Amino acid sequence: MIPAVEFRRLNKSFHGVHANVDISFKVMKGTIHAIIGENGAGKSTAMKMLYGTYQPDQGEILIHGKSWGGKPKSWTSPLDAIRSGIGMVHQHFMLSAPHTALDNILLGVETSHPFFSFLPKSLRPISRVQAQVKLDRIADQYGLKVDWSAKVENLSVGIQQRIEILKLLYRDAEILILDEPTAVLTPQETSELFAQLKKLCQLGKTVLIITHKLKEVMSIADHVTVFRAGRVVGEREISETNIEELATLMVGRKVRLQADAPPPPQVKEPVLEISGVSLAARHGLKNVSFQVKAGEIVGISGVEGNGQAELLQVLLHPKDHTESMTGEVKVLGKSTAGMTTEQVKELGVGVIPDDRLRDGLLLDRPVRDNFLLGLQRRKPFSRAGILSYSKLSKEVSRAIEEYDIRPPLQQAKASLLSGGNQQKIVIAREFKYSPKFLIASQPTRGVDVGAIEFIHKRILKARQEGSGVLLISSELDEILALSDRILVMFDGRILAEFKRGEATEQALGLRMGGAVS
Amino acid sequence: MRFKEKLPQILKPLISIMVGLSLGLLVTKIAGEDPWNVLEILVRGAFGSRYDFGMTLFYTTPLIFTGLSVAFAFHSGLFNIGAEGQLAMGALSVAAVGILFPNAPGFLAPVLGVLAAVVGGGIWGAIPGWLRARRGSHEVINTIMLNFIAAGLTSWVTLYLLKNPDSQNPETAAVAPSYLIRQFSFFDGAPVSMAFFVALMAAFVVWFILWKTVLGFEIRAVGQSESAARSAGIDAAKMRMLAMAIAGGLAGLVGVGEVMGNADRFRVGFSPGYGFTGIAVALLARNRPFAIVASALLFGALHKGASELDLETENVTRDLSLILQALVILCVSAEGVWDLAGERYKLLIKKKWIRSAPSPELAEEHYSPKV
Repeated sequence: MIPAVEFRRLNKSFHGVHANVDISFKVMKGTIHAIIGENGAGKSTAMKMLYGTYQPDQGEILIHGKSWGGKPKSWTSPLDAIRSGIGMVHQHFMLSAPHTALDNILLGVETSHPFFSFLPKSLRPISRVQAQVKLDRIADQYGLKVDWSAKVENLSVGIQQRIEILKLLYRDAEILILDEPTAVLTPQETSELFAQLKKLCQLGKTVLIITHKLKEVMSIADHVTVFRAGRVVGEREISETNIEELATLMVGRKVRLQADAPPPPQVKEPVLEISGVSLAARHGLKNVSFQVKAGEIVGISGVEGNGQAELLQVLLHPKDHTESMTGEVKVLGKSTAGMTTEQVKELGVGVIPDDRLRDGLLLDRPVRDNFLLGLQRRKPFSRAGILSYSKLSKEVSRAIEEYDIRPPLQQAKASLLSGGNQQKIVIAREFKYSPKFLIASQPTRGVDVGAIEFIHKRILKARQEGSGVLLISSELDEILALSDRILVMFDGRILAEFKRGEATEQALGLRMGGAVS
Repeated sequence: MRFKEKLPQILKPLISIMVGLSLGLLVTKIAGEDPWNVLEILVRGAFGSRYDFGMTLFYTTPLIFTGLSVAFAFHSGLFNIGAEGQLAMGALSVAAVGILFPNAPGFLAPVLGVLAAVVGGGIWGAIPGWLRARRGSHEVINTIMLNFIAAGLTSWVTLYLLKNPDSQNPETAAVAPSYLIRQFSFFDGAPVSMAFFVALMAAFVVWFILWKTVLGFEIRAVGQSESAARSAGIDAAKMRMLAMAIAGGLAGLVGVGEVMGNADRFRVGFSPGYGFTGIAVALLARNRPFAIVASALLFGALHKGASELDLETENVTRDLSLILQALVILCVSAEGVWDLAGERYKLLIKKKWIRSAPSPELAEEHYSPKV
């Protein structure tokens, strides 16, 4: 049998850095093939070459046994890939929110009635009826129902993803690449997606999934290819492998997947008291009340966009929300009403922001400056307003060692570091003065497995040392492993509370979808 | 090693300047002049004698101030197009203080004058800073508008409040003699004064503030990523207001050289667009304070050198200096060309036409985002 996709000794380097070295593997037709690997392992590079975004330096890719259409080794753009039946669903959906589902699918391949063929292409009226007939057929065939006339902004993330898949099927894609497809889905939506993908495969499509969630690989894929440091380090049939083996292959050493939480220390006075907080905003908060005590980790789970970001805003920037917010927030016993961010942080609050690229780091600046960000007014980093770079250098090299930040260069630009190492800078900085109250929002997002283990350990260590931790995460595994108490947020409300051990993935998933007990 | 890293940073603008000047001289060829002759006139006009060199420094001084002003605002993420208005306000403030307090003691008067320049320009810079920080209205529009307001306001104050009764010109009365700073006899009468050294000092102070102090760190953090700075507890709005006020103050210092070192009074429209040329100066120097001094010198020399063209050539006038400025800036800002050159270079290596790979430092420099 001829494989649907075959990578043959593919090489790609950027400015002398080898992103892909001798990549060779086959993807059989009608299967679900998972590509796993840590950040920077080269899996995205390989997929981007398949999709035509990059051209390989050496080697070739065969589609259905053929070097692609006339061209010797690669195509020059995604357009070529789409024409040859390859489609990609990106991690961040490429949809236009104010347009309908139908228009999003048609975008770029609009058809019009032959009557108008005398007009230049861009001026012809779009014939939606014709397209809808074809789409209805596709939707029936694969069981992918969508309300064509609904605006994308009003649809759930799961449906949006369905539209992305339909987009590819409408373009007659035979090979579908999905980049981290479950990152934004609830457990229920995930299993729905998986059922759909299985059906696609039964009907002869080939699916490639890029992911780092090993559990999902085990539950859906037929084959798996493991990337590490730019090379393929293993290929397995799913039936012949297990999670531990895949994790070891990925990281190159043994990892503990579940952080073993030591018994919680004595829980003490509250570090955060929120009572009756409401916020008027698009994803507002509605009468939120809870406490975080010193020595406990409180996890907030929920699908993103249900008020978590707003909660963080309210906690961190009280002054900007004095008018739109009601209720009271007390941090370490003090009401934060009207406080500036600086004042809040000075109370002893450490923050790991969810979007570190936007809120956590100065990307164009060296590691050293990023470590200083937020600490610049503290001794010993400055005295009477003058910075002391020698003291800073000493502290930074200590932090680089302690947190194993790679490359261990103070002058390396933050943007050049991997996600895990960037996050370590943020953590090193926020932990510098042992915060009494730590807010960790999506602390392991886009972070490789080895670093996840490390970050979880640090968070647990903070708790052992008596910090109160507010953990906001959409990763259920993380929430379940770390939290002493779990709050489920839905539509700006706290919908449910679980104690450690009481919560199951199912129960949490149901609540995350808004089900009331 | 350190030097090797810096080398492309120094070489690239130098090469760009050469290319820009060559293109400009080519234009004179088309206009029917001998380019070598034009070049000779330019160089002689700018550096030919003590007086010429002095005039070059005289033009350089305000450009250092305005260049620093634009650069300072830029480091906080704001684009200060209002240096022209700020320098007018600064200069008028110096003149006003010099006229209203004629009895200030000799040692205090220059200090008062410098303070007036900083405060006058600073207020004019703080206004758009405040509007941006608190009201969210864009500083580009506001600084441009404030240029017009400054032009009108300074004219009105000059003509109605501080008018020189002995002159038909739109200028104020002379400031008290104690305010005047002496011109260096070395330059055979060119109006080079201590203001030039004030400019050099300002460059040092700006460098020190931006790279050595907490304030500078915070300002640059805001300029780099407002959201990251805010999350770190930095008051972005306050930093931007401060940055704009300081930028305005720097532009206002132009008034020191003009009023105290040259004209003894405020003259309406004394600036031939120093504020706008300052944008080019800062751009060429990539907002680095010490590079701004060099960059201002280049623009000063072009300005001075080109003024000789009127007399000495048939077909080109001093306006050539504007063409040269434009071409230099075009060449310097044509970043993509360097990337293209890098790609071509790599292609040559790939085809084995040349051997060694470019050093990683060079590659790094090619792809690093620009400040």
